[in-house]
Amino acid sequence: MGFEGIGASVRRREDLRFLSGRGNYTDDINRPGQLYAVIVRSPHPHAAIRGIDTAAAKAAPGVHAVFTGADLAAEKVGGLPCGWQVRNKDGSPMAEPPHPVLAIGKVRHVGDPVAVVIAETKAQARDAAELVSVTYDVLPAAATLEAALRPGAPLVHDDVPGNICYDWHLGDKDATDAAFARAHKVATLELVNNRLIPNAMEPRAAVGEYDPSSGEYTLYTTSQNPHVIRLLMGAFVLNIPEHRLRVVAPDVGGGFGSKIYHYAEEAIVTWASAKVKRPVKWTAERSESFMSDAHGRDHVTVAEMALDAEGKFLGLRVRTLANMGAYLSTFAPCVPTYLYATLLAGVYTTPAIYAEVKAVFTNTVPVDAYRGAGRPEATFLLERLVDICALEMGMDRVEIRRRNFIPASAFPYQTPVALQYDSGDYHASLDAALKAADWAGFEARRAEAKARGRLRGIGISTYIEACGIAPSAVVGSLGARAGLYEVANIRVNPTGSITVFTGTHSHGQGHETTFAQLVADRFGVPLSQVEIVHGDTARIPFGMGTYGSRSLAVGGSAMMKAADKIIAKGKRIAAHLLEADVADIEFKDGKFQVAGTDRAKTLAEISLAAYVPHNYPIEELEPGLEETAFYDPKNFTFPGGCHIAEVEIDPETGATQVVSFTAVDDVGRVINPMIVEGQVQGGVAQGIGQALLERCFYDETGQLVSGSMMDYTMPRADDVPNIAVGHSITLCTHNPLGVKGCGEVGAIGAPPAVIGAVVDALKEYGVRHIDMPATAEKVWSIINASRNTSRPRMAAE
Amino acid sequence: MPQVSLSVNGKPVTAEVENRTLLVELLRETLRLTGTHVGCDTSQCGACVVHVNGDSVKSCAMLAVQAEGADVLTIEGLAAPDGTLHPMQEAFREYHALQCGFCTPGMVMSAIDLVRKNPQGLSEREIREGLEGNLCRCTGYHNIVKAIDAAQQVMHGRVKELPRAAE
Repeated sequence: MGFEGIGASVRRREDLRFLSGRGNYTDDINRPGQLYAVIVRSPHPHAAIRGIDTAAAKAAPGVHAVFTGADLAAEKVGGLPCGWQVRNKDGSPMAEPPHPVLAIGKVRHVGDPVAVVIAETKAQARDAAELVSVTYDVLPAAATLEAALRPGAPLVHDDVPGNICYDWHLGDKDATDAAFARAHKVATLELVNNRLIPNAMEPRAAVGEYDPSSGEYTLYTTSQNPHVIRLLMGAFVLNIPEHRLRVVAPDVGGGFGSKIYHYAEEAIVTWASAKVKRPVKWTAERSESFMSDAHGRDHVTVAEMALDAEGKFLGLRVRTLANMGAYLSTFAPCVPTYLYATLLAGVYTTPAIYAEVKAVFTNTVPVDAYRGAGRPEATFLLERLVDICALEMGMDRVEIRRRNFIPASAFPYQTPVALQYDSGDYHASLDAALKAADWAGFEARRAEAKARGRLRGIGISTYIEACGIAPSAVVGSLGARAGLYEVANIRVNPTGSITVFTGTHSHGQGHETTFAQLVADRFGVPLSQVEIVHGDTARIPFGMGTYGSRSLAVGGSAMMKAADKIIAKGKRIAAHLLEADVADIEFKDGKFQVAGTDRAKTLAEISLAAYVPHNYPIEELEPGLEETAFYDPKNFTFPGGCHIAEVEIDPETGATQVVSFTAVDDVGRVINPMIVEGQVQGGVAQGIGQALLERCFYDETGQLVSGSMMDYTMPRADDVPNIAVGHSITLCTHNPLGVKGCGEVGAIGAPPAVIGAVVDALKEYGVRHIDMPATAEKVWSIINASRNTSRPRMAAE
Repeated sequence: MPQVSLSVNGKPVTAEVENRTLLVELLRETLRLTGTHVGCDTSQCGACVVHVNGDSVKSCAMLAVQAEGADVLTIEGLAAPDGTLHPMQEAFREYHALQCGFCTPGMVMSAIDLVRKNPQGLSEREIREGLEGNLCRCTGYHNIVKAIDAAQQVMHGRVKELPRAAE
């Protein structure tokens, strides 16, 4: 085994089990005596429930129980809580209507859970679910942002007037107005950020188990943050104290945000397992995922940039409508506010920014954070608007960016929208990307494509994002109802091997490898001596989980802090054993050494002395070698970079293919380059999906039209190109590792680069902007309309 | 209930199933071979791909009773008895062609069939088109394509050892 520390592309330790079919995903878990739950869901977007007849279902073969919202209410089961409160412009709190686990009185979106059937087999439960007869009075629905805001629109919640969840703002309105008043030019853009369905490949699943002998509950669930689920479900929904509730998130097959939230089904199986005194399992069918997993994005925005005569940005004004869906999902309110408007400075020196965001309830599935969460929406808006600015000013797209970049000398840089960027070098990442993508040689490629009858275009985005979520006091002041630190416990075992218990959770990110590299490197021991444990509240002290690209920046930093405590204690033990002053002990390459001598003790010798304390400073030091650390970040981290896409369009069909993609990212220090590259490529593919293929579509009645994988276009292997990934690194200045985060940069940077390329390819047709997804139909219609106008004879033919 | 007899990973198996039981349900629930996954309900995702009589098949789109007398190979039966990985498994690890691992078993089984049926060798474009029936949400496919390209060289005997991925 070669070098395996920080910076090595160590092959992943989790792969062997996944490649040999020995992964342990939630649906792979069958508990003894387990029953199966099937949820009866609303087929209507909006309806009053007049009655639920469960008699036939209860009498069906194999059925143990059928429960409705009334049964839960009778036992005082609480609603699903929202973890973030946003305030209106006037300081009043947002509307926060209840979110019952099973619908009470009314259903508010297609897929809203109404009843649960629990039976001996899944087939029996499914059959019996068909026998549950729900009488609905169908109501008109507010299916889209536009429909929900019309005067007299149907109310999703009777006590939320106008369907407005909140009307929020950020920035300096007066300064921004003043900037517009003295503008040489104003560039304006209206755009839609298309609604997406995350579609992690593993559908959600949950197994609840109640042990009558101990009164303890266990929930196995497809979650990105088992401790958060324990807290939310235990304290707010089921009233189970934490010491009686264990939540296990075993191998989880992708999350992308959609598995952060506390979902109704988790509470249902946990609660029901105590009622039926048997374990209860629920596994989503994919069609069920489409109508019950939190969706992402769904903004409508008007943005205006004020420019001076040299193309410098003077002010930015943004008005956004954000769809919340029918209920507030766990983190939903913060996504279009604190994870969105705070990013509107981007990588630019725009001195005045004012953003207004109205969050709106609709009769659709709740919307929450999906890979990038707010930052892709901000980036798409800003980067598209910058392209429009270039167009309006008659300037080059690259030049206008350069002219407005925050210079490398300006860090730490305070933006006008609350954030302080710690480090970055946007010129460097731009230069590297332009070179890697051969930007200068593009026109030759365009001409070559034209000769083949293809329209070729190139697009660029220079993005920034805020991740490593988040400083607890800061988010607390902004309405978060939790701290967003992370926890690590490091146990050096008696013979020197190391077990690390982390509150973060891996669902594809390769933590078992990256974290082991980190800890092995710190302690100077072989990778094989380090084991990473995550995903079980019974084994790990506490944690906030994995989202917002926080695992390494926050969770890894917690590990470094715990390691420091171990080393400090180890030095004291070594000083005793080596009869030296503790100040003279150095820890290096796995050894505690008296400085300037060859007298040393290995970590294993120290840990053995700590657990077998025969010769030990027992009066002043406890035995054992195990430490826990909570790390609360001082700031967000700010990855940034430059993405360049090239597309080719077949003008006969409108089919658009991304033929080249170059990403140069500043993700801070890289621990495992192979894993980072994979994270960026995966994010870029999701960004390409958003730009060209994916659209969650509700019709005007509120039916989910794109409700299966046959209807919702996921990117396939032939939809994406090879994705070239490079780095242009500046270190994070405020965490001990210098790391920033890489999980979301692809999904953030890619969409505007791809759409910029499509617009560039279509420039001879006078296209200024095209909303996502740029489907073949949409592109063909643009080309065709232009042909019909410019060449009327063809139309006549 | 009807009985079905088949061979799974080289071992004879007889099980009682319902008429409506899918092959993937027989594998996952009756035989507890949980390496084969279910990612959708419309036969789009390919997480459930296994080999039936040597062909890749979406086991969610086949009834268990249709497998009567068949030879079924799942991801669990792919490595040699001594644990030596199939070149495709080895290539997926070497090229970081998996992240969450959920699509991986189906992806590997599809890829093996794709390579076997194309002894002339596949171009990058052909590999991408050949993966039409398998979805991955994590990797962006880049490394999956690289892994299959490397594995086909070993499987067709063009090289003895798997080419290493660039560092």
